[in-house]
This record gives sequence, C-alpha cells and structure tokens, in this order.
Amino acid sequence: MTTTPPPTAGAIDCDIHPSVPSIEALLPYMADHWRDTIVQRGVHDLETIAYPKNAPLTARPDWRPAKGLPAADVATVQAQALDPFATSIAICNCLYGVQLLMSEDIAAAFANAVNQWMAAEFLDRDPRLRASIVIPTQNTEMAVAEIERWADDKRFVSVLMLVMDENPLGRRLYWPIYAAAARHGLPICVHAGSAYKHPVTSVGWPSYYTEDYAAQSPAFHNMVSSFICEGVFAKYPDLTVVLAESGFTWLPAHLWRLTKFWRGLRAEIPWVDRTPTEIARDHFRLTLQPVDAPPTAADFERLMEHMGSDEMLLFSTDYPHHQFDGNAVLPEGLSPALARKIMVDNPKNTYPRLQ
Amino acid sequence: MNIQVVDRPTGAAKGKAKLAIADCDIHPSPKSLEIEIYPYLSKRWQTYLETYGFIYRQGFPNGPAFPKGQPDAARRDAYPPNGGRPGSDLDFMREQHLDPNNVQLGILNPLKSGQGLQNNDFAGAYCRAVNEWQIAEWTSKEPRLKASLMVPFEDAKTSVTEIDHWAGNPHFAQVLLLSRTAEPLGQRRYWPIYEAACRANLPVAVHAFGYGGTPVTGGGWPSFYIEEMVGHAENTQSLLTSMVIEGVFERFPTLKVILVEAGFAWLPALKWRLDKLWHRMRDEIPHVTRPPSELIQEHVWLTPQPMEEPEPREHLLDTIEWIGWDKLLFATDYPHWDFDDPARALPLKLSKERRENFFLGNALDLYGLR
Repeated sequence: MTTTPPPTAGAIDCDIHPSVPSIEALLPYMADHWRDTIVQRGVHDLETIAYPKNAPLTARPDWRPAKGLPAADVATVQAQALDPFATSIAICNCLYGVQLLMSEDIAAAFANAVNQWMAAEFLDRDPRLRASIVIPTQNTEMAVAEIERWADDKRFVSVLMLVMDENPLGRRLYWPIYAAAARHGLPICVHAGSAYKHPVTSVGWPSYYTEDYAAQSPAFHNMVSSFICEGVFAKYPDLTVVLAESGFTWLPAHLWRLTKFWRGLRAEIPWVDRTPTEIARDHFRLTLQPVDAPPTAADFERLMEHMGSDEMLLFSTDYPHHQFDGNAVLPEGLSPALARKIMVDNPKNTYPRLQ
Repeated sequence: MNIQVVDRPTGAAKGKAKLAIADCDIHPSPKSLEIEIYPYLSKRWQTYLETYGFIYRQGFPNGPAFPKGQPDAARRDAYPPNGGRPGSDLDFMREQHLDPNNVQLGILNPLKSGQGLQNNDFAGAYCRAVNEWQIAEWTSKEPRLKASLMVPFEDAKTSVTEIDHWAGNPHFAQVLLLSRTAEPLGQRRYWPIYEAACRANLPVAVHAFGYGGTPVTGGGWPSFYIEEMVGHAENTQSLLTSMVIEGVFERFPTLKVILVEAGFAWLPALKWRLDKLWHRMRDEIPHVTRPPSELIQEHVWLTPQPMEEPEPREHLLDTIEWIGWDKLLFATDYPHWDFDDPARALPLKLSKERRENFFLGNALDLYGLR
C-alpha cells in the first residue's frame, strides 16, 4: 500500500524542542565540581514556569508521554516530529533554564552540558537533526567561548538566546556574541522565554500563565526595536536573527510604528540610516508556529500582503508545544508557492550551514 | 529632523466648512504651579512639594531618564507668545488649535498631575488640585473642553473617594489612568476604581506613560527614547491583556476603556493571539467566559495617534476593519511633537459617514454627547 506524502514532505522544521529528561541526564557531561555541586546542594532540574509541565500548551495530548517529559529521547522525536511531517531537517532549540541562573559559572557549566547532551543524544543519532548552541548570556565572554567550542561542528546551525534576558538584546554588551555568530555563519535564534530577571510585562508580574505566554509577543516587539535601534545590523551586516515561537502576525504593525517614530527621532540613532521596515526585512526571520492567525483565509492573505516579503517566514512545528492539531501546521490562505518557500527555500537562505 | 516649523495659515479655512472634530487627547499645563495649582493645595503639601519635590518610581524628579526629542516633547510652534509652557494658555490654544481645526469636543489629559507619586497622600491631594484647576482654568471658560478625572491610581481607596466626589459633574468626561502602573491594571487592587467609574457612568481612559518602576520591556531597560516611545504600544498591550485575562470586563459589564496615545494597529494581532490562548488555556482562566476578541470589541476604544503609516497606506483600511470603524477616537496629542494633524492624519478615501465618525461621531457616542 502506498501512502501520499504529507504536504510538508521535505520541509525544514526550524523550531522543535527536545526536553532534558532530568538533571541526571546532564551529569555525565559536567566536570566533577559541578556534578558535586548539583548533587550535594540538591539542585533540581531547570524546568521553568515558561512551560509548566502539565499545561495544555506545553505538549499536545498525543505528544504527551504517560510518564516523564515530552520529546525526551530521539526515538520519540523521530516518531512524532520528523516522520509524520516527513521533514528533511529539524532544528532543536533546547529550552532549559540555563539563562535563568544567577551564577554565570553554573550557567556556563549547564550550557556546555546541554550542548554535549544534545550532540550525543540527538545529533549523533539522527542525521536529520540540527541544533542551536545554548549559551550562558549571563557572561558575554563565556557565551562567546561556548560558541567557539562548537563552531566547527556544523550540526550546530544557530545560537540560542531568550527574548527576555537581563538586558534588551540589542545592547552593546551582547555584541561580542553577535560578532562570533556572524564570524561562523550562525544566525541568532531569539526564542520565546524569559530569564525572569524582570517581570515579563512592563507593568509587573501577571497573575496567570496565560498572560506569561501572551507577554512573549510584546517582548518580541521590544527586541526587534532593540536590535534595530542599537545598530546591531549596521555593525554586523551579515547577521540574521531568527525569532522563534514569536508569532508573526504582529510584525507589520510594529514596523509601521517603529518606522514612524524613526522618521521623527532618527537623530537619536543616526546609525539607523534606512527605515526599520527595510532593515527588518533583510535581517529578521520568524518561525511559522504559533500562527496567531486572523479568523479567515482571506484575512490571512491580506495580512501576508502587509508582511511585504515572502522571505521572512520559516517553517516550524514548535513540537511538542500544542499550537495546532493533526498535521494542520500550514495555515489556510497560504499559496502552494509560498508554502514551498517557507518550508524549504527560506530556511536554506537563512541558515548558511543548511545550504 | 523634526524641528522644522512651517508657517501655515491659522484661522478657519476659507470657503467650504471644515469637518468638525473631537480631539480626545489634549495636554494642558499650568502656567506655573504657584499661580495655578497652589490655590488648590494645602499649605502642608505646598511645603512638602518645595522640600521633597516629585518622587516617582524613577531616579529623576523632573522627567524620565530618556531625554525627549525636544523640550517638553512639544511642537516648536506651540509655545504661547505671552510665555509659559506649551498648552498653558487657553487663548493661544483656541487660536492655534481649537478654532482652525474646528475642534467641537476636546478632552483634556493633564500629565504630571500627581499620578504615580510615591507618597499616596500627596498623590491624592495633588490629583484633587489638578481636578479643581481643570474646571477653574479650562472647562468653565471653554465649553468645548472636557476634563479628565485624575485619580491616584496606586491607592484605590483614595481614587474611589475622588471619583465619588466628582460623580455627576458634567465637566468631567472620563477617569484617567496612566499605562505604566506598579502592577498590571487588570489586577484586583485596581478594581474599586473600575467599580466607581461605572457607578459614575464615566469611561476609564488609560494614557501611555508613567512610572511603574519596572523596565519598559520584559527584558530590561532599553537605551533610547525611541524605544520607550514605541514601547508604549507593547506596554498598553500588556495592560489590556491583564484586564481581559483577569476578568475585569466580566466583573464590570458596563466598563468602557479608552487606550490613549499608544497607537492602534497592534490590536488585531493581539486579539488573534489572545483568542488562541483562551481556547487553549480555558482551564486556567474559567472566569473568562467569552473569547477575548469579543470582550475587547465590546469594552475597548482607542485613540489612533500617533497614526501608523504603512506603505501603501491602504493597509490601514484592513487594520481598521479588523478593529472596527466605531472603535477609534481621533486625537491630536496637542501640543506634543508627534501631533496628528486632522487634515493629514488619514489620507485615505473614506465614505462621508466613516470620516465623520472617525473624526467626531465615535467620540460623541462614547462620551454620550451626541
């Protein structure tokens, strides 16, 4: 019996999330001192409030195991994320609370352990898998050192940061990270999530998890402003920033606003020498899921016109997060030609290491 | 640059009658605190002010740590010829703005009005003074203008007293809050304010700005004024999300909220996102019994200034359709630099009815002044 390949066959999935099954899984990848620290001081896992284990969004019901965390081993990822969508490549963005730690030393140890674990447990076991390098953003030098450690391993295709760190991501203290990324042909993947060094909203801590997740979107707006206004792309013209799990339907309106204020206030940021809209189209890419789509396909088509570019979206399932059901990963209103660009051409053009 | 001043004729346009407008965001200033505010402040608070100044949740007493684009964030041509700050001279405001732009209804939104002061007692006394001042110096002299009821919103109890004190007074069109609060505006500490506003039959306007003490982004403090200004939209999305998800609109079914000076084009994407999250997370927020987009449609209005300018401009027609043509209340932000000129703010082909409602009718309906 032959089966029809799914419409996503051959797609490059730019955002999936293997879980660190437990802190014990990382111990083999840590130096004695840190292993002792974790055991003797009783460090729990680094799961965060960004994805409460049993929250409906954290894992789709059919992707939720009877025991333990979703997507915690390569066989599960193959069976749930790769095979059903027939994806050719999937990029693993490991969301583990490394960025939340207060000690930069512990953060560096965890970042390195997560990367080693990712290489050994996933990348070595399926040639379709790629990953983002987890870095300790708490200390820029240590972050750069971690990038350098993995730069020769071409299966690491980007560098992972959270959208809410201790400082806005365009700030100059991060620039050595961007220099290293640009030097090695690695886009920066800015993923939803917070280091929780500040309240997730500009008006303080919300009451509900739903608001925490909603707050990711304004944070992405803020960081687009930050990267552009600080002049990151004037300094690193080859740098690409991938916004992952960001939603994208907000982007046109945000760029209208930012561009309007740039017209009035550009004297403050003279290195921004063309409109933020143009800069964004050249340097930002956004993953597909969650779509946050308007109610009808016709509205979606109008929105895609507002985007003003067919090169910005990158296919993603956001596996195992529950953003869609079945294999309805492509929103209605997407033309076949655009779907093909989003699934294959745009990812290849975004990640130099996938060419 | 934004300092060029163009000589344009003021005074009513000759020939055809100009469209009447509502301006839902005008910023009046006192000529001086001593002359115009002190008469309404007790000696104790006058002395307090002179001794300690204005202490907010930020380091500089006289304004934010982001230098503005120009002094007072004001239009260069808005300084009254007889001296004083922009927005401090009613005659000049009439001459420069109310008459030539045919403003039929102007809503006053005083800033630096006691809101956000750390000392709650001082904040309450100062808000009362600003309320008295608006009536004495503005609305009793100029019937086209309506005042905003200032409340010290971090202290709900005093805020309620202030609203009850003025309830029924026709000089006030709305209760005014600022967007940068100590906690998200949906949280229960603020609910007595909404209850009192509903009781007084006043909408609650939330004007972008203020000092809540938390960074203007969830990821820390940005470097530039432009980021703070653009960030008012994100800030406003956060407070609206809070009001929806905390169930404020379910609890106060007659509450009307106006989001002022935070733009508007961001609203459709926020509604789509909240609806999606509501479907996914209903077990967490069972008190929200209807899709967020419906609650927003029913309870929320926006002033569009500063008007977004997509290329092509026609994209705005989609955006406004997604928001609703009846939800936008025209505002200029006079006398501030990012003033939206009614003659230029919406350069799109519109039906006569839509244009009239956008510039005037929606506001008359909302404020019950038709």
